[in-house]
Formats: sequence, structure tokens, C-alpha cells
Amino acid sequence: MLIIDIFILSCFLGYFAIWRVTPTLHAALMSMTNAISGIVIIGAIKAFNEITAYPEPYLLYFAIFLASFNIFGGFYITTRMLNMFKPKEKKHD
Amino acid sequence: MIKALSVIVYSLLIFALSALSEPKKAYYGNFIASFAMCLVIVCYFPTIPDEYLTSAAIALLLGAITGTFSSHRLKTPALPQMVALLNGSGGLAAGIIGITELTASTHTFELVLLIIYTGFITFSGSLAAFIKLSAVKIPFNPQITKNLSYILFILSILSIYPIYQNTSYALLIFILLAIAFGFCFILPIGGADMSIIISVLNSFSGWSTLFVGFSTENILMIVVGTLVGSSGSILTYMMTKSMHRPLFDVFFKNPSIQKINTDSKRSEIHQASAADAAFLMENANKVIIVPGFGLAAANAQKELADMANILKQKYQVNVKFAIHPVAGRMPGHMNVLLAEADISADDVYELKDINQEFKTCDVAYVIGANDITNPLAKTLKGSPIYQMPILEVELAKRIIFVKRSLATGYANIDNPLFYADNTLMLLGDAKEVTKQIVTVLEEG
Repeated sequence: MLIIDIFILSCFLGYFAIWRVTPTLHAALMSMTNAISGIVIIGAIKAFNEITAYPEPYLLYFAIFLASFNIFGGFYITTRMLNMFKPKEKKHD
Repeated sequence: MIKALSVIVYSLLIFALSALSEPKKAYYGNFIASFAMCLVIVCYFPTIPDEYLTSAAIALLLGAITGTFSSHRLKTPALPQMVALLNGSGGLAAGIIGITELTASTHTFELVLLIIYTGFITFSGSLAAFIKLSAVKIPFNPQITKNLSYILFILSILSIYPIYQNTSYALLIFILLAIAFGFCFILPIGGADMSIIISVLNSFSGWSTLFVGFSTENILMIVVGTLVGSSGSILTYMMTKSMHRPLFDVFFKNPSIQKINTDSKRSEIHQASAADAAFLMENANKVIIVPGFGLAAANAQKELADMANILKQKYQVNVKFAIHPVAGRMPGHMNVLLAEADISADDVYELKDINQEFKTCDVAYVIGANDITNPLAKTLKGSPIYQMPILEVELAKRIIFVKRSLATGYANIDNPLFYADNTLMLLGDAKEVTKQIVTVLEEG
């Protein structure tokens, strides 16, 4: 039952963390969560250890490709977005 | 080792998410999150059996290159499409992992089916959202597609039963039905509801990660999946609240199907030229600019920033920007556009902070927005925007609307402000019109 406990606690954690996010950065929040949902790559990596049939490795390569696309694409976009917000903080006098 | 790793990684990620409370901190938060994800890859990757390791590394590299390259070339107006694509690829990855887990006997069968189902629905739903956001026209009848999606839903649920007997064919049918259902369900949902749909799909990509975490009993995936899922859910809640549109209506009622009689008399509009608008604004004390999706569509943010700067510096006009929570096609869409054009965040206000200022402002410059300013939201019962909080531009002394045409907004109801005596209509492309105004302001 431990995993259910972890799930419930994470829900509360998410709730409080996300409500603090300023609406200005909601787009950045979305792309950052896109990036970290690439953590599903762990699932793909673990599945390599229990491969039973022929096409499975290829499916998993594809899953790794997608997760890595998420991680790198997501972070790159978040960085780009945050950079847009950055310069004018300096410019502001 | 792995245990210690997961503690470190989820702590860093939670910290990174809460750093988004301020733009300044957010930059470090993003850096920390990237670092945490790199840790995950570096520590988990070597656990892949040697025979698969090289190919897996190539797949990882290809994904990294594709991801970086496509986000590098991405133009700001296309941001919502990219987010939709990322939602979809997260879902698809989970779905594929689900397929491979089905054959291994160590996982709960029903849970794996749930992974496959949510994963592939997220994928095809995001694909439909992506298509809609890219404005690719595919001819379809909204009502028929919607009804078809209900049939597909029932069929997909029924197709679970045969999987218990025979896994290969039945599974394929199940997956295809799930894909078709997700696609047909999302496709008829209209443009302005897109920011809600994007949020819903965002949370779904998190939930599918969560289910993978459940089936492999991996704490890291459970925590992160839940964080992503709840983030998407909270954004969904905020969006539906800002539109005063229950999620049920978003999914099951399409305004373009319902016809609403507004009774408003279509009187004459007062069409104006760029010079008129420039004259009005340079003589104003206070101008509030209200951007909408049209700004993103026309990619006019740079011109808009130029206009605001000239008004401020040359004519000492007090210029502010008012952002409605659902303006644009994804949460925070307008903020990013304005930030890209180097408009200071101090000049940008949320709905609740600026609404009382419209009555003291001389000109409200509405560019590419419609429904979010429509005063019928207060009075017209039964309309899709009824009780939606609006930006009260009708209180401003003069209103300038920059629009491509007089067509109704997404909600399919007339905006009486177009015909009001103190409204000037500037019909044309937002970029061109604003450019003309800037030219006039520079000369004058």
C-alpha cells in the first residue's frame, strides 16, 4: 500500500507547489512538466530487462526516443521562454 | 544507489517547480530540473542489458537531437502546437511501454491496460489538438465526429474482453480503437477551448506516467507523474474557472453547433483608419492594450511593443497591458508573446488587477480579441460565455478594435461593442495595422 500513500502525498505536494506558480509562467510550467514527464524513460529502461518477444526491443527503442524527445525538447523550450522573460528584468530601471 | 537517486531527483524537481513562482528564480529552477533529468538518464541507462545498450543510446541521442532541433527552429506563435506534440509523445511513450509490459507476467494486467488506454488516448488527442492548432483544415462534421467518438468509446471498452483470451490481435484492435476514440473526441472541440484541452492532455500525459510508475512500483515515476498530472489538472481548473465553462461543456457542447440568437441589432460600425487610431492614442493619458489570439496569429507582438514604446516615450502616455487568463491557445500564451517582444512584466496585468482601471482609461486598444471583452457574457443567459469574467473594455472612453473581419468569435455570438458609438473598428491584419499606427506616431 506504500505506493498509494506516496501517490496521495504527491497529490498534495503538487497541489501546493503548482498554486504558487505565477500565471505569467503558466506556459513555462507546461513545457517544464512536458520535459519532466519524460521520466517515463525509466519505465522503458526497466522493461529492457524483461523482454520476451521479438519486436519488443524496437518498441522500447522508440519509447526511449520519444521520452528523450520530451526531455530535451521540453527543457529547450522552457529555457527559450524563460530567456524571453529575463532580459527586461535587467533593462528595467 | 537507485533509492538515493530517486530521493535526490524528486527533491530537485519539486524545488524546480516551486521556483516557477517568480520569473527570476524560474531560470535556476529550469536548470536544476534539467540537471535532475540528466542524473536520471546517467544512472538508469547502464542498467540496460549490454545487447540492447548501443541501440538504446542511439535512440536516446536521436530523440535529443530531434527535440532540441525542433524546439530551436520553433517560432513563438507555434508554441501551443509544440506543447501539444510533447504531451502526445509523452503519452505514446507510456502506451508503448504498456504494450511491452503486457507480455511480462510480473505486472497487474488491468493496470497495464489502463496505461495503454490513457497513453494512446493522450497521443491521439494531442495529435488532434496539434492539427487544430496548426490550422490544418480537415473537413469533418463536428456533430457526427462527436457521436462517432461515443461509439468508439463503447467499442474500445468492449474490446478489452477479447484481450484476456488472445493477446496479439485483440490488443491491436484495442489500441486502434483507443487511438480513434481520442482523435474523434478532441477533434470537434473548438479553438478557444484549446487552452483547456492542452491542459487536460498535459495532465493526462502525467497520469499515464503515474500508471507506469504504479505497475513497475517505481517511486520516482509515481511522484513525478503525479506532479505533472496535478499541474495539468490545476491549470485545467484555473482555465475552466476563468471561462466560467464547466469541463463537461467543453467536452460535450460545441458552440459552433449550437446557434444562439443574440437579438442585437446589427447597426453601422464606425470604421477608422490607422491615423485616427494614432491620433486618439497620442492624445490619451492612459491606454490599455488587450491582446488576444489574433496577436499570436498575426505575429504582431514586436509591432505592438514598438507602438507602446513610442506612446510612452514620445507622448508620455501611460500604457498598460491587460491579459485575460484564457486569451490565446494555451495558459500563459500572451505573457510569452509580450515577453518575447521585450515588454516589461511590470506593464502587464492580470484580469483581476486591471479591470477596475478601464473606467479611468481613455483608449482601450483591443488587438485580435473578441469573446473575452464581450459584455453579453454578463447578460446573455444560455450563451457559451455566460458569466465568463470579461475584461471590461466597454467602460473605457474610446475602444479601438483591431480585427481581420467582423466575424463572430469562437463563441459564435455577436459582440455588441463593435456597433457601439465609442468604438472604432480597424479592419485588417493586426501586424499591418499596428505597423501603420507606428509609422503615423513616428511622423507626428
